[in-house]
Amino acid sequence: MTEAHTHIVPPRVYVGIFLALIALTAVTTAVAFVDLGPLNVVIMLAIAGVKASLVVLWFMHARYESQLTRVTILGAVFWLLVLIVMSASDVFIRFRPETVARLGITTESPTLAGAAEPSAPTENESAVH
Amino acid sequence: MADAAHGAHAHHFDDALQQREASTLGMWIFLVTEVMFFGGLFTIYVTYRALYPDAFAHASHHLDVRLGTFNTAVLITSSLTMALAVHSAETGRRGRLLLTLGLTATLGAVFLVVKAFEYADKFTHHLVPGPTFAWPEAGEAPHVQLFYSLYFAMTGLHALHMVIGIGVLTWLILAARRGRFGPSYATPVEVSGLYWHFVDIVWIFLFPLLYLIGRH
Repeated sequence: MTEAHTHIVPPRVYVGIFLALIALTAVTTAVAFVDLGPLNVVIMLAIAGVKASLVVLWFMHARYESQLTRVTILGAVFWLLVLIVMSASDVFIRFRPETVARLGITTESPTLAGAAEPSAPTENESAVH
Repeated sequence: MADAAHGAHAHHFDDALQQREASTLGMWIFLVTEVMFFGGLFTIYVTYRALYPDAFAHASHHLDVRLGTFNTAVLITSSLTMALAVHSAETGRRGRLLLTLGLTATLGAVFLVVKAFEYADKFTHHLVPGPTFAWPEAGEAPHVQLFYSLYFAMTGLHALHMVIGIGVLTWLILAARRGRFGPSYATPVEVSGLYWHFVDIVWIFLFPLLYLIGRH
C-alpha cells in the first residue's frame, strides 16, 4: 500500500526534532545577552545553521530523498554561500571604516568608506574635537 | 484496491513513485530560486551591517525580543504540526490530517497577528523609513533607516510567504475534507510541507540577525 513512499518518519522523531529546535532557540536567545565579542555572531549563525539543517534533513525528509534532490539542495547552499561570503569579504576588506583605518589606507575618491562616517558632524562630535 | 493504490499517476510517468519524485524535485528547484531570492536581501543586510555595526545594534534594540522569541516558537511548532500532517496523510488518517493542517494554518495566523502588532509599534515610534522617521542621533539616523528598510523588506517578504502558505493550507484542508489524500496519494501535502518548512527556515535566520544583535 505504501509503495509510493520510500520512508514514513514516525511522529516521535518529529517531536524529538521539535524539542531540539525549541531548545536551540532558547540557547540562541540566552547567548545574545552575554557579551562574547565577535563570537556572538558566530555562535548565533552556527545555531541557526544547525536548526536549518535539522529542519531540512528531518522535517523536509532530505535524508530520504534521491541523490538528485540532495545535490539540488547542496547546490542552493553552495551558491548562497558564494553570494554572501564573496560579497562580504569584499566589503570587509575594502570598505569597512575600521579596516581602512587599521590598514592605513587613504581613500582619495569619495568611496563608501567616506560615506561610512557620519554624514554631518553632530553636536557631540564637535564638542569632543 | 490495487488499482486505486497503483494507478494514481499521470500517463507520462512510469509509476506513482516516479511521479512523487518529480514533484518533490520540482518543489526543491523552486525553493532553490527562493533561497537565492532571499539570499540577495541577506547579502544587502551583511554588507550594511559590516559598514554600520553600531547603528544596526542600536536600531535592533527597538525590536521586542520576547515577541520575536514567541513567534519563533510559534513557527517551529507549526513546522511540527505540518510534519505530523504529512505523516497523517501518508498513513491515511483523515481526521488527524484535518486537525494538523488546521493547527498549522492557525499557528501561521498567530504569527502574522503578532507581526502586525510589531509593525504597528514601529509606526507609533516613528521607526518606519520615510518622511515620518525620527531618531534622536542625527548622524546615525540614515543608517538606522537602512536597518529598518531591511527589517520591513525581509520580514514583509517573509510575511507574504506566510500568507501564501496559509492559502495553500486552506486549499489542502478543502481537498482533504473531500478525501483526496491517502497512503497512495499524499504528494500535495508533502510538497506544501516543503514550502512551509522553508518559510520556517528563513525565519530561523531572520530572528537572530534582526532581533538579537548587540543585546549584551
